[in-house]
Amino acid sequence: RTMLHRSLQHSARHARRAYHASVLPSLISTSSPEFTAKSQAMDALVAEFEAKVAAARQGGGAKAAERMRSKGKKLPRERLALLLDPHTPFLELSQLAAHDVYSDNVPGAGLITGIGRISGRECVVVVNDATVKGGSYYPLTVKKHIRAQEVAREHGLPCVYVVESGGAALPHQANVFPDKEHFGRIFYNMAQMSALGIPQIAIVHGISVAGGAYVPAMADENIIVREQGRIFLAGPPLVKAATGEVVDEETLGGGMMHSSESGVTDHLARDDEHAIAIARGIVGDLGTAGGRMLPPPQPAEDPVYPAHELHGIVGTDLKQAFDMRDVIARMVDGSRFREFKKEYGSTIVTGFANIHGYPVGIVANNGILFSQSALKATHFIELCSQRQIPLLFLVNVTGYMVGSKAEKGGIAKDGAKMVRAVACADVPKFTVIVGGSYGAGNYGMCGRAYSPRFLWMWPNAKVSVMGPGQLSQVMAQVSKDPTKHSTLKDEIEEQSTALYASARLWDDGIIKPVDTRDTLGLALSLSARERRLPGSGSSGLTTWDGDRKGFGVFRM
Amino acid sequence: TVADSLSVRNAHFDKILIANRGEIACRVIRTAKKLGIKTVAVYSEVDADSMHVQLADEAYCIGPAPSADSYLRGDKIVEICKRSGAQAVHPGYGFLSENAKFAELLAQEGIVFIGPPANAIVSMGSKSESKKIMENASVPVVPGYHGKNQDPDFLLEQAKKIGFPVLIKAVHGGGGKGMRTVFSADEFHSALESAQRESLKSFSSPEVLVEKYITTPRHVEVQIFSDTLGNTVCLWERDCSVQRRNQKIIEEAPAPGLSEEVRGRLGEKAVEAARAVGYRGAGTVEFIFDCDSGEFYFMEMNTRLQVEHPVTEMITGLDLVEWQLEVAAGNPLPLKQSQIPLVGHAFEARIYAENPRRDFLPDSGDVVHLSTPEPTHIFAPSLPPVESVETAATSTTTEALSRTVHIPSPAIAPSLRLEQGFTAPGTIGVFYDPMIAKLVVHASTRNEALRVLRKALEEYKVVGVNTNVEFLRALAGHESFEKGDVETGFIKKHYDSLFPTTTEPSPEVLAQAALFVVLRDHPVSTPSALSSPWTSLVSRRFGGDVYNRTIVFENAEDAAEGTEGEAEAKDPERIVVHVKSLSGGLFDVSVQTRHGETVYNDVRAQLLSPTTLSSTLASKSLRTTIVSQPPPASLPASRAPNANERLHVFAADGAGRKTTLVLPAPGWLVSLGSDVLSASAGGATLKAPMPSVVVEVKVRVGQAVEKGDPVVVLESMKTETVLRARKSGVVRSVGCAKGEMVPEGKVLVDFEEEAK
Repeated sequence: RTMLHRSLQHSARHARRAYHASVLPSLISTSSPEFTAKSQAMDALVAEFEAKVAAARQGGGAKAAERMRSKGKKLPRERLALLLDPHTPFLELSQLAAHDVYSDNVPGAGLITGIGRISGRECVVVVNDATVKGGSYYPLTVKKHIRAQEVAREHGLPCVYVVESGGAALPHQANVFPDKEHFGRIFYNMAQMSALGIPQIAIVHGISVAGGAYVPAMADENIIVREQGRIFLAGPPLVKAATGEVVDEETLGGGMMHSSESGVTDHLARDDEHAIAIARGIVGDLGTAGGRMLPPPQPAEDPVYPAHELHGIVGTDLKQAFDMRDVIARMVDGSRFREFKKEYGSTIVTGFANIHGYPVGIVANNGILFSQSALKATHFIELCSQRQIPLLFLVNVTGYMVGSKAEKGGIAKDGAKMVRAVACADVPKFTVIVGGSYGAGNYGMCGRAYSPRFLWMWPNAKVSVMGPGQLSQVMAQVSKDPTKHSTLKDEIEEQSTALYASARLWDDGIIKPVDTRDTLGLALSLSARERRLPGSGSSGLTTWDGDRKGFGVFRM
Repeated sequence: TVADSLSVRNAHFDKILIANRGEIACRVIRTAKKLGIKTVAVYSEVDADSMHVQLADEAYCIGPAPSADSYLRGDKIVEICKRSGAQAVHPGYGFLSENAKFAELLAQEGIVFIGPPANAIVSMGSKSESKKIMENASVPVVPGYHGKNQDPDFLLEQAKKIGFPVLIKAVHGGGGKGMRTVFSADEFHSALESAQRESLKSFSSPEVLVEKYITTPRHVEVQIFSDTLGNTVCLWERDCSVQRRNQKIIEEAPAPGLSEEVRGRLGEKAVEAARAVGYRGAGTVEFIFDCDSGEFYFMEMNTRLQVEHPVTEMITGLDLVEWQLEVAAGNPLPLKQSQIPLVGHAFEARIYAENPRRDFLPDSGDVVHLSTPEPTHIFAPSLPPVESVETAATSTTTEALSRTVHIPSPAIAPSLRLEQGFTAPGTIGVFYDPMIAKLVVHASTRNEALRVLRKALEEYKVVGVNTNVEFLRALAGHESFEKGDVETGFIKKHYDSLFPTTTEPSPEVLAQAALFVVLRDHPVSTPSALSSPWTSLVSRRFGGDVYNRTIVFENAEDAAEGTEGEAEAKDPERIVVHVKSLSGGLFDVSVQTRHGETVYNDVRAQLLSPTTLSSTLASKSLRTTIVSQPPPASLPASRAPNANERLHVFAADGAGRKTTLVLPAPGWLVSLGSDVLSASAGGATLKAPMPSVVVEVKVRVGQAVEKGDPVVVLESMKTETVLRARKSGVVRSVGCAKGEMVPEGKVLVDFEEEAK
């Protein structure tokens, strides 16, 4: 009967769709010269981004790959492919990490991270890329590793570490080792997650030395490849220097020794393929640890309008305005958007929609934030928090309105209400920067500092303290030396690009506009997990962490 | 008249016992059920779950697996008759069906034997006696001189009388020794001399006989029926010429290319033969038919219902088992000669577990998959009744036969009957005949029937044992067979065209096999209305990641070259297939064989059932049956083909051709397996290479054996295998006993290796 009911509902919805008020209309003309120009510019930018990703995917290059293969090893991406369930999605994070950051080329920061399915359950996977500098940890490698762990912790996803790393990159040790968010945090996180019931699994495919040795050692269950994986706190040269003992790597920390004598490892695999098969088995045996995914409350439905039109709608020139509803219409189920307070504070668009069946409250920019816009957004965020509906921020904001009128109107106070609501909303938040994210607008629109579950940028997106226009004007007024204007302006311009931000892990990666809907769908699905929080007793089932204390809904 | 005899018709038995197993037992039970007769099955210990036991109203175990201890135990069957109250015994074919002593035993106990009288069995059981009876009854036998006079000129005279070519045969001979074919009088003397010389050397007697030599013989047999009231009719002939190992594999009715006149004479002679021995019930008179002269000669008479009786049923629309029961009940034959129809053409193909390419050696094992064409009929299709052409006082058999009655048959719909006593999963055991089933088809003409047969064979799919299905398909499509140019030497004569050199699997087949593996191992989840994008976004990987699986196949025919215990087989060709899983459930497939690479892009593929793959390759939509045969779970992985998974691909358009591919275990599994193997007695252990019966254990614990000494003798499918010690050593334990049935891989004898 439920099925029948559902299908009736479904068909009723379909029948209504053509004239339903919530279906967003599309008023854009895809043949206009403006659209074509924007589209071509975005196409070029996306192609450039794809080329960079393809280059990063090559890791340390053909020679390094060949060297690994010759030792009978699988390449890092081959290990990943074997580990994941076939025909399933893989949500890779920060592929362009460390892009043009160091004097050395460190593609992907020498680490592949992402969320994929293993034995039918979503896991965070962290793979050392030993073709890149032997898998050693640069500062951004550490940051990427820790960010992946943060994703795992927030969503309660089991972690699988595919280990082959020489440990910290010694020349960078000062930026890798000592601080709070440095190397040690990796093991702190492993311990914490294990305590929270989030399984930690490690596969040792190669060397795992010094600090790196603690990844398998801290794991709940681990695997080592025979005559290939090696775990020791100090390698033979250091041992010799320290104690005079002469010993080879296999004797010192080989798989057989650790599996039969030290007990550091739990499973002894014959080769990479075997090790991964064992790991897949382990994940299959995790039981209820890590929670389970909740299905969407309603069936997914494709948007009415094609996603590729996003290129021509948004374009690459942030000065050209566009209606964010056209973006929403190409992203949400059935292009249906139940808008809230449509006529009030029109520079911000708020409303409810579904993506891949999951409900989401959308806060999107359609211009400068005025007091009214800020109050409307605050009201809407309170609604979502009360209703436990995740929030999606679609960002294209130059900031809050300035000027005496705005200040008199208390824009700082109203902006602060919005920032406070964003900070305290007890629901998962997702941020996609589709245009600019400037100044305090970045805070109000859930920038990185507001801990969205994920933050993605489009290739054209920009993040900086203020928009380029204001910047040069401000510079002209406050600077004593006009010659420095242009260099500083250029510098800030470069630092505001998506590429620059993504390389430094200010986001979780650049995504193509056409991938946004699916990426968000996967993310929303991850946040809709049922899991048991420690100490919260049998009634502690919640879809995300937070105590739901929050606040009531203030009419703004 | 018929009407009179019907009015005094005896009732059928209430309950009969079927002293047989397999398809024939099921066949008899079906008719009994149709007639409302209760049935009693008997079974051996291994047959407890078999189909005939399930079909029967009652079933009794009569002993262990070997026939001699079960199905051949006449005394036990009598005992079961008494216990169950069965009034009659249907013997089927084989086992006790032509055992005169059993017939007599039943008679003594007052139980009806559904078959001929014991004396008819006895007289027809002896070749020499039966020939004498037939000569006396003026039934033609192969002309020849079998006398004592060995004078060369006298023998030449005899040869001339017989007519060349003739065959000179050593009287005590066998195996082709002392045998010469002579085509003219000129060469007679020299041939005689050499035959006598050879005979003397081989059999210590130069005595020979001279017989007509039939260059191209056919095996034509006539189905006859007699009742207890002295009536005998002929139900037309069957041709069973195409044989292997002297056993029929395909039979048809009527015999192709016979004139009405010859058919009439055949029938007449068969009826005379039956009358000559006072026959009763169903019988078959076998003739050797000389294709060159059109003459035929009596060979022998089978006093039972034959395996191939369904073809006669199909062309006559009759139920021969029903007729047997009528006769056994003492009733007259249901029809007169002039009422017996002959409509259309029928074939029977016998599906055997055997290996045609290895001289049809029987095979045994577990049938893991069996799918068959859908039968249209259980019994023969009912044909319109024949108006009896009875003209006053001329209704003799001869008269009726000479005007063979035939219904015009263009309107006959093709029909298909499947006679089987077995369903999968099951085991083709080593104890009994390895026949799996009989496919019987009927259509208006021979060509049409052959077409139907070919299609049915293409739809008959067996995995687990080797079968002759592909061979039968080749036979049914053979040009000479289609023309009706049948003869007993058919297979030998057309060997090359019946066994084309095995072709390598096509890229299409390989691509499908690879897709099957990919989808079987990791099904593409079919999203339901409320599935999360992690399920519905098939293969949606961000950042260019693509699931790409490399599958390695070996051609099973290459892999099978090496035999058990021999040195490593030649390295079979490794065929590599790459399957890329694209988003949206499509696949890119690249097949690499030694002939190059074939690429299929954007292939749509899904598993419709665990054994059905639907795929669209190069704009061709295919639905293919693919069956996986996993190795025994207890067998440690190794490079041996039977320790690996095998895939059997029945190509949708491959004329029933089956391709078997070996899916070699990954390196790590082989590595683990070799540890297990080397841990078990250093490789000196002897294991059963196939399911078999232990005939003899030649060693005992503590005995020292040399390398090559016989250790255990096994029998599988009537073939003995001697297992020899692979290394010298001392017997540590013996894990089998004489007469025991052992599964494949069972450790039979364990050795302690000799210290070097």
